[in-house]
Amino acid sequence: MTDTTASRTTEVHHRRKRFDVGGVLLTILTILCAAIWFFPIYWSVMTTFKAEDEAVRPGFAPLPEAFNLESYAYIIQHSSMPIWYVNSTITSVAVTVIVVFVAACAGYAISQLRFPGRNLLWYIVLASFMVPVSALIVNHFVIIAGVRLLNTHAGIILPMLISPVTVIVYKQFFDGVPRDFREAAVVDGANEFQLLFRIFLPMNWGITTALAIITFIGAWNSFLWPFLAVQNERMMTVTVGITAVQDAFGVYYARLLAGAVLASLPVALAYLLFQKRVTQAITLSAGIKG
Amino acid sequence: MLRSRRSDYFAAAVLVAPFIAIFGWMFIYPTIQMVQLSFTKSPLIGAGEWIGFDNYVRMFEDRLFWTAVWNTAYFVLLTVIPGTAVALGIALMVSRLKGWTQSLILAMFFLPYILPVTVVHLIWDWMLNLQFGIAQYLIEPLAGKRVNVWRTTPWFMPMAALLTIWWTNGFSILLFLAGLRNIPRELYEAAQLDGGTRWQIFSKITWPLIWPVTALCLTIQLILQLKIFDQVYLFAQGGRTNATMVLVQYIYEQAFQKNAGGYAATIAVALFVIVVVASVLNYQFLRARDLGK
Repeated sequence: MTDTTASRTTEVHHRRKRFDVGGVLLTILTILCAAIWFFPIYWSVMTTFKAEDEAVRPGFAPLPEAFNLESYAYIIQHSSMPIWYVNSTITSVAVTVIVVFVAACAGYAISQLRFPGRNLLWYIVLASFMVPVSALIVNHFVIIAGVRLLNTHAGIILPMLISPVTVIVYKQFFDGVPRDFREAAVVDGANEFQLLFRIFLPMNWGITTALAIITFIGAWNSFLWPFLAVQNERMMTVTVGITAVQDAFGVYYARLLAGAVLASLPVALAYLLFQKRVTQAITLSAGIKG
Repeated sequence: MLRSRRSDYFAAAVLVAPFIAIFGWMFIYPTIQMVQLSFTKSPLIGAGEWIGFDNYVRMFEDRLFWTAVWNTAYFVLLTVIPGTAVALGIALMVSRLKGWTQSLILAMFFLPYILPVTVVHLIWDWMLNLQFGIAQYLIEPLAGKRVNVWRTTPWFMPMAALLTIWWTNGFSILLFLAGLRNIPRELYEAAQLDGGTRWQIFSKITWPLIWPVTALCLTIQLILQLKIFDQVYLFAQGGRTNATMVLVQYIYEQAFQKNAGGYAATIAVALFVIVVVASVLNYQFLRARDLGK
């Protein structure tokens, strides 16, 4: 019995070694697919370093003749890009801070406290998950126009603050904190606010960072609402600005794409620096423990 | 005891107050207002007379509305199942790799996901540019000539779907990778010991165990893609939009270009109902499949 198992194991071992040709082929296929998938980004970034006449030359030139930064310089000097950057930064940071703070408070209350209406609140949060916010654009516009906040930062920020998922993630995380922590702190005379800000949140900094990064990326990238809320060019966010005001660039492809690269830089960096956190936030928001 | 409960209520009230304020003002209130508005003949800003179900009658007879419904459904069909299948394929490929190779390859597949939609638009407008686009070298042999993709109706939706899959797939890939990691290694080792082929291992072990994640991806994608607007709007810009109209775009057009707030709200209610019904049906269907096992 032991004998046959042993011989089978060595047999499999041999077979695996010999047949790893299939594995190598799969790896090559994987790299090939990744290269194709990534190609549009690569090609667009390379175009930004080309001179305009070089960019439209027929044929496939994988690298520019010289890495020139003229398109970037042109965009920064001749468009409202710097001010769009300021607008995007203000609105995205504000959305991130408010969403995370409000969700942490609400998630904590729903998870740790007993109060009338708690279950109702929780069901509303869960149900709102499937409601399409884009169906509300008309009424968001009416409301924001009504309080005279169109073309302002506050007007851009307000409708972007709805984020039931963040509450759900916090609630589930706080649910997992052992009861003893809470009881020990309560005996020591801590109130609920101290409990939340001194114990529960510091215990979950990882989750807060992950949620903050993903909220920031989402806010920076959001298009539909900032596009509706702002007509004044000087109040636009980068994401809206780069297409809404093509005149600033003219039909110069290298310049247009340089604008695109500048617009994606903060989110691309956020992802590359915090790859693990982004992954964590995404799997958590979908309800999977990674 | 009573005192501590009362202080509990107080703390809870303070903690949930900001959330309720924002949720009430930016979510519950506009939702109620939307339904109300759909029964009036209002402009975008300002009051209008109450006209009962007239908007709804008009909507059911509106050919452009049905075009938008059809195009939205077509787009969902082209993205949800194919996109999820592609994501599973990529996740299976990436999960075989280890260490920095895996991080690098995963980053190459994932990076499009974090780009703003306007950047995605600029990238693909450049790739598919009629005169200078590098993708035309692929299209020319296939179609026999260069194709102005965004001005050719039969090409529009499939191409929009293709680049939407390219753009949004990172999300599903991460979910699949997490799911694959949760499958116990011993199962694979046992199967290899028994001499199972790659296909047998996939169909007997991976597929049934990854099914819950697949169902989750399908649900999330379905709800997401029903709300399609950005890409279709950006690529159709400057051309005639009616043939490729989708639902959110129709809401936008009625409200912000035709100044018909009441009618736009009616279409928004329709979208609302479609999304809720789709997610409930989807949930029931997936649950039935799970119970059937």
